[in-house]
Amino acid sequence: MSDDDIILSVRGVSKRFGGLQALSDVGIQIRRGQIYGLIGPNGAGKTTFFNVITGLYTPDAGEFSLEGQPYEPTAVHKVAEAGIARTFQNIRLFGEMTALENVMVGRHVRTHSGLFGAVFKTRAERDEEAAIRSRAEELLDYVGISQFGRYQARTLSYGDQRRLEIARALATDPKVLALDEPAAGMNATEKVALRGLLEAIRRDGRTILLIEHDVKLVMGLCNRVTVLDYGKQIAEGLPADVQRNPAVIEAYLGAAHA
Amino acid sequence: MDRTPAAPVFPATGPLPPPGCRLPFASQRGVAASSLAFAILLIALPLVITGLDLGNFWIRLLAMALLYVMLALGLNIVVGMAGLLDLGYVAFYAVGAYGYALLSSPHLSMNFDWIANLAPAGVHLTILIVLPFCLFLAALFGVLLGIPVLKLRGDYLAIVTLGFGEIIRIFLLNLNSPVNLTNGPQGVGEIQPVQLGPLNLARSVDVFGFTISSVTWYYYLFLIFAALIIVVCVRLQDSRIGRAWMAVREDEIAAKAMGINTRNMKLLAFGMGASFGGISGAMFAAFQGFISPESFVLHESIVIVAMVVLGGMGHIPGVILGAVLLYAIPEALRIWAKPAQEMLFGHEYIAPEALRMLLFGLALVLIMLFRPRGLWPAPQHGEKRVLPTAGGSGNAPGGPAVTAAGTAALPPAAGQT
Repeated sequence: MSDDDIILSVRGVSKRFGGLQALSDVGIQIRRGQIYGLIGPNGAGKTTFFNVITGLYTPDAGEFSLEGQPYEPTAVHKVAEAGIARTFQNIRLFGEMTALENVMVGRHVRTHSGLFGAVFKTRAERDEEAAIRSRAEELLDYVGISQFGRYQARTLSYGDQRRLEIARALATDPKVLALDEPAAGMNATEKVALRGLLEAIRRDGRTILLIEHDVKLVMGLCNRVTVLDYGKQIAEGLPADVQRNPAVIEAYLGAAHA
Repeated sequence: MDRTPAAPVFPATGPLPPPGCRLPFASQRGVAASSLAFAILLIALPLVITGLDLGNFWIRLLAMALLYVMLALGLNIVVGMAGLLDLGYVAFYAVGAYGYALLSSPHLSMNFDWIANLAPAGVHLTILIVLPFCLFLAALFGVLLGIPVLKLRGDYLAIVTLGFGEIIRIFLLNLNSPVNLTNGPQGVGEIQPVQLGPLNLARSVDVFGFTISSVTWYYYLFLIFAALIIVVCVRLQDSRIGRAWMAVREDEIAAKAMGINTRNMKLLAFGMGASFGGISGAMFAAFQGFISPESFVLHESIVIVAMVVLGGMGHIPGVILGAVLLYAIPEALRIWAKPAQEMLFGHEYIAPEALRMLLFGLALVLIMLFRPRGLWPAPQHGEKRVLPTAGGSGNAPGGPAVTAAGTAALPPAAGQT
């Protein structure tokens, strides 16, 4: 594999909150079509790193490039436009809107109709609206909740809300799909279903950046893994290698086990 | 409305019908027929009132109610759709009203020599220029208010917008010196009525032997504007922009993460909402012929917010209902309170003005107690249903239940544990 295959490259990210160095010199290289795992004990800086990549926090240092194009993660909506779509650790859906509308919002960034088109119902607007709707229906079906399209998002069950969030993120046609602990709070069967969904997304050629606590899920699913601890990258590589890495074992289980 | 289908649950498979046509064809025709009947009723109403010789009071009340419908729908864009609580909305009403007044009255000519040289008889521009001007002026003020409050939410936003409303009113009150722009507390008078070609809306006209009074003409004009605004609102609601507004309302961070430029969307909402306020203000000025800062006090802003909230925030029919009821009932009480009391008790115990506010307050409390989402809130989908849980069959007959293994679209991967 050549370097052209690297879809998301992040180097030297540092972020400080007051006296706390939340991230120091962290970097990842994600290849196209991979599921890339980001793991680490609680408070390791996973979500901070995630928020930096997606533009929610401004980093103190770091270089970012997406498909070879440098991007500045300074505004969240710009990052989404560049092609990184994210989900949230604590689900953030548009609760009063229907599931279908939630996914339709995801199409916003790839469509263009404005006020004029909406008020005068121009032909272009109607065509675009129909395309948005059919794409959204397709995605609901893809994640397996098409029967709930007309339900308000907040009325969906927890697992379905997670699916809806993924569908909404997919609607932005992301180059990288960034999932923040998608399995959090799921029971064993829901996790198996989620794993099936993520594998299908990878099979369809998408790249996924995955933060996860569930080590079993990460090890079974990811092509490569980075381990963070206290804001530092302590290991990077194939899941099986990382698992045997003494530094990783120490971080998770303490020095006695390493 | 028409959103809740009766018996069996939503079809579990197949494409969803678009929201505008969720009904079978026959009932869609029913809706069309009843809207037509309703439109005819609205058109005939002032003629019936005239025919019954009930006086212009009632037509005037209807016309003003329509103005409030426009205002409430404008505010609904800001509060109901984009979720930005604006307690100074009356400012845009004032901007529109003063915009119209200054461009259609002798006031500017009387106070500025260079304008007097240009237009010795006073500025009397046609409404085709003045109305768009008022619309854009109000929208500009909306955006100007929007810029400093972009980062504010909830209570903080409410307080700043409240202050903005007061700033505009106090400017209007005091801009009579050093240059007399607004004539201060005396207000601007001699505002020319709306002139549409040969038709002067200030005069009664005989049509087929039927006298159509000035108030009735204004009623029709307001009806047209209200209808246009309703169409714009309905179309916006089901559009890319409307969805973006609602996304901002529901969760701003998630909206940003979906690539929505929340700053632009908020400014657009403020501008759009304000422009409706501007049109209503211009119409108000033309209708009254005289305006002063007294018409644009905080109380008006509060009443408009109440119309939106009590009617059903974000739901257009609800907001219209709220506006009509909250304007019409207190006004009707103004004349009914006395005779009703005399009939019931033989004596007037409470002055109409006091009773009006008493009942108004009581109504607000009762509505919030018993209908916290408003009188006519947006329909809720899926709330009362038991949703199928993972692995369960639930109540989605005929369709694939959400099973643990994922979905019909995604075959479960082999070898997973």
